[in-house]
Amino acid sequence: MSDQAIEVATDTRATGLRATLQEFWHYFSENRGAVIGMWFFIGVCMVALLADLIAPHGATTQYRDALLTPPVWQEGGDWRFLLGTDAVGRDMLSRLIHGSRYSLFVGCIVVVGAMAVGVTVGLIAGFVGGTVDTLIMRLMDIILSFPSLLLALVLVAILGPSLTNAMIAIAIVQQPHYVRLTRAAVLGERNKDYVTAARVAGVRPLRLMFHTILPNCMAPLIVQAALSFSTAILDAAALGFLGMGAQPPTPEWGTMLAEAREFILRAWWVVTLPGLAILLTVLAINLMGDGLRDALDPKLKRS
Amino acid sequence: MFAFLLRRIGLIIPTFIGVTIAAFAFVRVLPGDPVLLMAGERGVTPERHAALMKQFGFDRPIYEQYFDYFFSALQGDLGSSLVTKKPVWDEFFTLFPATLELSICAIIFAVFIGVPAGIYAATRRGSWPDQTIMGTALVGYSMPIFWWGLLLIILFSGILGWTPVSGRISLLYFFKPVTGFMLIDSLLSGQKGAFSSAVSHLILPTIVLGTIPLAVVARQTRSAMLEVLSEDYVRTARAKGMSPMRVVGVHALRNAMIPVITTIGLQVGVLLAGAILTETIFSWPGIGKWMVDSIFRRDYPSVQGGLLMIAVIVMTVNLIVDLLYGLVNPRIRHVR
Repeated sequence: MSDQAIEVATDTRATGLRATLQEFWHYFSENRGAVIGMWFFIGVCMVALLADLIAPHGATTQYRDALLTPPVWQEGGDWRFLLGTDAVGRDMLSRLIHGSRYSLFVGCIVVVGAMAVGVTVGLIAGFVGGTVDTLIMRLMDIILSFPSLLLALVLVAILGPSLTNAMIAIAIVQQPHYVRLTRAAVLGERNKDYVTAARVAGVRPLRLMFHTILPNCMAPLIVQAALSFSTAILDAAALGFLGMGAQPPTPEWGTMLAEAREFILRAWWVVTLPGLAILLTVLAINLMGDGLRDALDPKLKRS
Repeated sequence: MFAFLLRRIGLIIPTFIGVTIAAFAFVRVLPGDPVLLMAGERGVTPERHAALMKQFGFDRPIYEQYFDYFFSALQGDLGSSLVTKKPVWDEFFTLFPATLELSICAIIFAVFIGVPAGIYAATRRGSWPDQTIMGTALVGYSMPIFWWGLLLIILFSGILGWTPVSGRISLLYFFKPVTGFMLIDSLLSGQKGAFSSAVSHLILPTIVLGTIPLAVVARQTRSAMLEVLSEDYVRTARAKGMSPMRVVGVHALRNAMIPVITTIGLQVGVLLAGAILTETIFSWPGIGKWMVDSIFRRDYPSVQGGLLMIAVIVMTVNLIVDLLYGLVNPRIRHVR
């Protein structure tokens, strides 16, 4: 008998939060568009946070001597108003800067609200099963039978037009997607060995749902969060445009577009700029969402 | 297949009942007395008020009112508009062809550009044409379409003066609707220039409504194509020396189209939501604009009826898509 050392195969890959984040960043940063989108989004967040400091004028201050002034690079431009003024002499740049607050706020609240409710309901549906599951899923089918914008529009008409009610309506319309995703993920995880082990060890149902199962269902939910963030911004702007979202003189981008409609052929900047702000913000978030999907989807991962 | 059909239809019935409850409830939870709302600012005497309450059945228990509503809805009676006094059912079907025509054109626009673009991008994966196409698709997907419509109006109607701004046809032409589709009716009328006028009115709304479906179709086609192209049977076809055109266009395309067709079917909800915005911008006399107008006029029977009809359309199309999917892809029939 020679004392041969038995070499134990060990996984040398690092574990823990730091390593997870590093791995995530490795895959995320491979997607150039996603990184650009992320930096742009961070930029918009900074603008929104510092709006009071960087906006040259107040969002609702009217300059009666400068109605519909074109941007500086055009003839008749004024250096006081870099991007021109609107029909009642408010500085476009300042309104756009302040408007970023509303869009990001809507996105955050809607995602947090829809996700909190949707994930909880989805966990219950997937975990409890049976009649409860059937009832919940039929209810979600009913909500999904209505086109989302139409349902949001009717809900806002009932609740009364305002930004808060628009956010509530959009969150209601979006939560079925979270319910379905969570339920599907839970059904996939529920019968795996680690869940059975935890159950046998006496883990209570609530802890089993939120602590044992939920973390393993997070990847599709994070991607969905990015998607619904951008949809929420678009829907809120659409409601504002139809007069059912934020009310004038709030510098919300969709509402600004609605006010600018009659000047469409006379002053291109009052129409073009708010829409461009919406498009770029939404595009940045969608770019980021694509990167998140690539980084988090285990099917695409080449380990 | 028959069992699958029955099961799928069995699923839709509770959803339909739920939708009628939702449409019924939306209007009931509105604050205010329905009779006072109808009477408007003139007001009514207490006696007349009680009589009207009785006439419309508002004095009866809520579940009786619901059953009444449900069974008349089944027979196509959705009540009458508070504004025009015409039956909601008739109003809906006079306006629906306009939305249908626009939606069909938008889908054709999306498919005829989106599918070839997606295939081309998939066969040249990672190249600059691929990146350009996918970048453009993502921009289209992120587009606030109400703004996109305004931009197109500025460019094509304002600066270039090529297309009209609103409506379905120039006011110079008038003829009785036969099919409700302006393109067909204008041809049938035989009036000179009517057809080209209808086409020029249709172009911008079609582009605006078709933009998001176009982006979705292009992205979906590309990813479905990429998946199929890595399958063994495609490699076999290539190894046999088949031309790349034939491998992609015949062998791969047929299987790649299955998820794409599903995606196209699922765009119906997107189209109807988009129609609300598109029709508002272009004053297109369809159900999207009608819904918005009804909401603003507080015309509750119209809102209620319109909601119900639109939900039924979405449910029906989803059912058809599911059945077609089961037909072309036998694997799905036996799952659960």
